[in-house]
Amino acid sequence: MSYEAPASDHGDHDSPYEGLFGGDSDHWAFGTDFDDPLAGIEAAIPDGADPRALAQYCLMLGDDALVLSHRLSQWCGRAPELELDIALANIALDLLGQARLLLARAASADPSVVPPLPGSSDGLPSPVPAEDALAFFRDDRAYRNAWLAEAPNGDFGQTVARILLFATARLALLERLRASRDAVLAAVAAKGVRELAYHRDFAARWFVTLAQGTEESRGRVTAGLAEVWRHHDELFRAHPVERELAGAGVAVDPADVAGEADAALATVLAASDLPWPRVPQAGQLGGRSGRDGAHTEALSPLLAEMQSVARAHPRGRW
Amino acid sequence: MPGKTVPEEAAPGKTVPEEAVPGKTVPGKTVPEETTVPEETQAAAPGDLQEHFEATIARGARIEPRDWMPDAYRATLVRQIAQHAHSEIIGMQPEGNWITRAPSLRRKAILLAKVQDEAGHGLYLYSACETLGASREELTSLLLAGRQKYSSIFNYPALSYADVGTIGWLVDGAAICNQVPLCRTSYGPYGRAMIRICKEESFHQRQGYELLMTMMRGTGEQRAMVQESVNRFWWPSLMMFGPPDADSPNSARSMAWGIKRNGNDELRQRFVDMTVPQAEALGVTLPDPGLRWNAERESYDFGEPDWSEFTAVLRGEGPCNAQRLAHRRRAHADGAWVREAALAFAGKTALATAGADHD
Repeated sequence: MSYEAPASDHGDHDSPYEGLFGGDSDHWAFGTDFDDPLAGIEAAIPDGADPRALAQYCLMLGDDALVLSHRLSQWCGRAPELELDIALANIALDLLGQARLLLARAASADPSVVPPLPGSSDGLPSPVPAEDALAFFRDDRAYRNAWLAEAPNGDFGQTVARILLFATARLALLERLRASRDAVLAAVAAKGVRELAYHRDFAARWFVTLAQGTEESRGRVTAGLAEVWRHHDELFRAHPVERELAGAGVAVDPADVAGEADAALATVLAASDLPWPRVPQAGQLGGRSGRDGAHTEALSPLLAEMQSVARAHPRGRW
Repeated sequence: MPGKTVPEEAAPGKTVPEEAVPGKTVPGKTVPEETTVPEETQAAAPGDLQEHFEATIARGARIEPRDWMPDAYRATLVRQIAQHAHSEIIGMQPEGNWITRAPSLRRKAILLAKVQDEAGHGLYLYSACETLGASREELTSLLLAGRQKYSSIFNYPALSYADVGTIGWLVDGAAICNQVPLCRTSYGPYGRAMIRICKEESFHQRQGYELLMTMMRGTGEQRAMVQESVNRFWWPSLMMFGPPDADSPNSARSMAWGIKRNGNDELRQRFVDMTVPQAEALGVTLPDPGLRWNAERESYDFGEPDWSEFTAVLRGEGPCNAQRLAHRRRAHADGAWVREAALAFAGKTALATAGADHD
């Protein structure tokens, strides 16, 4: 279809409609185009890796990114400064991009993880892509994210502390995951490392600024750190799926990167003149935690909001 | 995002809104501030400076920050650019309200990136204002105090996901019609900011239109949602061009100064002519029984917006006026401690650096 703007003598800036229906995609934000995000990457399952375990592992990494991205997007239009609004949206967009790749990989490794959706009466399949079926039609018990990702935002100090902890752990993990025998995970990790290095840097700079700023900001960021630190240990506790795939050279055992991550955190705390937090860790539910599909009270309201429009139109096209 | 420069709304800093009502005279209306500022200052301005300014405008060249300019020109620009900047920031809210409910991950990424762009547009425009001597902090205070305006379109609610598409298509579309001529506005930094903003806005418009196109290929409920959304936004979008030229008292001087390049009615007509074929391609009906092609004028005839609604929204009686300002005030107040901390930390760092230099 084409539409020509009315002829105009108003000069070169006066025809913004020219490309309205056209194919120029130079300005599309990452992840907003129609291309298959995994196009061109070897999608075979590596020898010796259980596809079902690989799918679960991708959901763990993908859900961490999806749920924290959602939390950060709640800051949009509310940040303390315009520059911070933009920075938090950047981080949310990066994590959303990682989540999409990982959910798509989970679906391709094991299609049975994708929730079934109603087909139409004339037998046509659901128009909902797998990544969206996983994000919008999966119940909270099937989410595999760590509790740190789902906790409420708190104030800006708590949000900075959360990004610091999350990005430090995930960066250490993805640095090693670049060597995964799964080509998709290796590619996602290579892209993610660059992004997370920025997230960690952003959070570390703001953490030190708040800790060394005013009395009030020091109090707030210290309290925020104590709040999120309750979920520190869960980040480094290996789930059996992670251990199994780590043994196959596909995943990284998070326990193996704890020392490295803690060393980076210690550097930031030292620059902030703050002690290593001594706070009780959030307990598990009968030995189960986020990686097992057991969650805090915060997740289901988050998903209820996030999934509301998609679930109201299960055969909708967006 | 909708960088809505609505010349008229933007105009009167202290003008009583009723002025904008076509054909209505308001007793005791306030004199627009820019006409009061210049007299004495301009009397003092050396004649050759004034002549040079006028000659620059006359040959279509740009005025730059270090050039001499009449105080009234400066005040008009600050008011218009600030209103535009505020519109970008307030304009983050209606669509931002849907980020957490975007129905696909791709749409969520598009919407988040778009709202983020609006914050970026606000930044460029506040920077352009700073070249005229008005700081972002000062302008933000004026916005929060209700002493500077933003585009009235953002006082309408976004009530369904189709509104995200309609705001892109119609609101950003109207904003582009208003703003494209501003790329050649007489003040250099404003014109250059507008070039960048217009490129991004046209991209947002395309995304909005593409969302609506996709929804029209979806379910019957989705098509109804699109039509309902277009019904709500059509007339407010036409109002974004301001009142008819005959009732737009400040337009003539802004045109003479080369700040504004086209009349409200001309831009509104251009918008209607561009939009009607797009609506046909989309498969929606624009809610105006008077809309028809006029072969003689080679343009569409269309109905008159309800200007009493326009002036009501302008004087604060729109559906969301109070909500929009309250949201911004709350975000600003909640972030005060962070801005203070950043200043304090920068101060300590500077002291430490200075101390090191003396060692």
